[in-house]
Amino acid sequence: MGKQSWGILLLCALLVITAGCGTAGNQGGGNGEEGFSAGLVTDTGGLNDESFNQTAWEGMTRAKKELGADIKPLESKRDDDYIPNLTKFAREKRDIIWGIGFKFNKAIPDVAKQFPDQKFGIVDDSLGGNIPENVVAVTFKEEEGSFLMGVIAGSMTQSDKVGFIGGITSPLIKKFESGFRAGVKAVNPDAKVTVAYAESFTDVAKGRSLAANMYNGGTDIIFHAAGGVGKGLFDEVKTRKKGKYWAIGVDMDQSGLAPDHTLSSMVKRVDVAVFDIMKDIKENDQFPGGKEVQLGLKEGGVGLAENTDKHVPEKVMKKVEDYKQQIIDGKIEVPSTEKELKDFKG
Amino acid sequence: MQVQQRQMRQSPLLTSIVSVILGMLVGAVMMLVAGYNPIQAYIALFTSAFLMPYDIGETIRTITPLILTGLSVGLAFRTGLFNIGVEGQFIIGQLMSVIVALKLDLPPVVHVIVAVIAGAVGGALWAFLPGFLKATRGVHEVITTIMLNFIALYLANTLVRNWLSAGSDSTEKIPESASLRWDVLSSLFGNARIHLGLFLALAAAFVMYYLLWRTTWGFELRSVGFNPQASEYAGMSVKKNLVMSMMISGCFAGLGGATELLGTAEYLSIHGSHTGIGFDGIAVALLGANSPVGILLAASLFGILTYGGSVMQFEASVPYEVIRIVFAAIIFFVAANIVRWAGTKFRKKAVTKDA
Repeated sequence: MGKQSWGILLLCALLVITAGCGTAGNQGGGNGEEGFSAGLVTDTGGLNDESFNQTAWEGMTRAKKELGADIKPLESKRDDDYIPNLTKFAREKRDIIWGIGFKFNKAIPDVAKQFPDQKFGIVDDSLGGNIPENVVAVTFKEEEGSFLMGVIAGSMTQSDKVGFIGGITSPLIKKFESGFRAGVKAVNPDAKVTVAYAESFTDVAKGRSLAANMYNGGTDIIFHAAGGVGKGLFDEVKTRKKGKYWAIGVDMDQSGLAPDHTLSSMVKRVDVAVFDIMKDIKENDQFPGGKEVQLGLKEGGVGLAENTDKHVPEKVMKKVEDYKQQIIDGKIEVPSTEKELKDFKG
Repeated sequence: MQVQQRQMRQSPLLTSIVSVILGMLVGAVMMLVAGYNPIQAYIALFTSAFLMPYDIGETIRTITPLILTGLSVGLAFRTGLFNIGVEGQFIIGQLMSVIVALKLDLPPVVHVIVAVIAGAVGGALWAFLPGFLKATRGVHEVITTIMLNFIALYLANTLVRNWLSAGSDSTEKIPESASLRWDVLSSLFGNARIHLGLFLALAAAFVMYYLLWRTTWGFELRSVGFNPQASEYAGMSVKKNLVMSMMISGCFAGLGGATELLGTAEYLSIHGSHTGIGFDGIAVALLGANSPVGILLAASLFGILTYGGSVMQFEASVPYEVIRIVFAAIIFFVAANIVRWAGTKFRKKAVTKDA
């Protein structure tokens, strides 16, 4: 260690000190007298994931418009970013802080414990039932919406082969798969469902190659529940013959990605859920802390994309409506796991 | 002669500083083009990395693994190897330590020590493969280590899904007995996830310095890197030293993975792609001119940029990607050695004027 090294260390120390002394500018951003502020932390998918992060953000922008809320997003680049990002909002004392996606299931309880006076919300995970008092867990009955997609796919397939592309194998995505397969089975017991998992929510190329393999193997309709991976499915189906090959989207109306090849999308109204909870806090001062809020077909939490009738014939639409009513009435119990699927008679 | 020598010695530091400044200028231009205020953004970046004790703790937490992966790449460079497999060795380090943490039931202090050692050994063994292949079969380490990165990634994913968790996408949290976090330290930094891995990283930097420049064995390692033929002729075992350098390098990377897992994340989840911490290590080593002190400084800079960058997004709403552009520009200027190029031009001009 020569003189030079000491020089470097000194320089470094100086840098740290000067930077540290820099005055902490605006720490606020918090809520004014009557104002309502909310923060949203995305998972690694980012804000424009054409999926639940994006829909959640739509709910936030609606809160800005209708409730005059002060809203701010933070995108996480790595799993390690969840805790610091949530903490940033908590320090600003925002009225509610959302963690979007089941990947937050370890970060939210940690941060909620450190900031017991802040309210938090997690979407897509019930935290294994141990929900802290200052956290609301929003989950959806994805299997119910997926069941209707299965009904459409099962009724419209020409080759009796339909496909499902999942993101990362997990109980959540299994809900989509089970519901979809049950729906196909209910209307078309002969149809074969090919299932593939990309083991990623971001790998577009993988999604495209999985879709290409399925279509080449004779499958004509593919439903995906794979976040960003699903973009690959739409890239692939666009290159194929119109009216023969179809894709079904997920989370939000994805028909914009391939207007002539999209049968429908299983929309998950994360926006409605996020907005409703914020509205309740702002206007009624009510917060379902420590509870799991479950939204299915009945609550309007999941459903069909509005433009589904564009490519789906009326006969099939009727069938879909019929099944939808049966599920709402509790006549059909849609399976949400592989085990329940085995016992499902259709 | 002496003056020239001093200039030679100074040049890496000068190169690094000038490259950092140029890189940040490029970032500033990018921000201007995109319509953001670069001065405001940079102020937000640097102040927010140190705004509160919590931020300082989190910044240090970001720096810690970068030091270890930087040392790993730097040590390999010094011994003539290009270890691109740091990422894979890092993942194996994480994997081994999480296995020990979850599957073994040991008393508090012993548990964490065993878990850290398991991570370091795992990284070393993962690096042994390419080292061995290079020594015996002459397979280039760049090829094998890149491939092993993917094997490590998917091996970890498979084990997490099928063995370490019940079909979900991440493992349970590790028990407290295996955690590298220390309450006293965390409470000093507002409950940030700063952990004892920092001290292991600093110790590793000292080990690298002492080993390479203060022991005969270290001399052999470096000498094999400089000139294998001459070293062989001088009676050193090139093959043995080559494998050993690779393993020490992998050991650092594995240690990085272990500390990151046991200190920061405390669980292992399925990753669709690499974490990037290993690859950032290459940048750190390059900027730090492969010297322990340089790597400490370079890791600090990149850590500040990474953590401060995410806050900058928060404060000045400048997208985080700009920070990655700054990273890339810095590396570009270091690699292209802009300083020496400018220096020679300048000197030539001076000489012609003199004449």
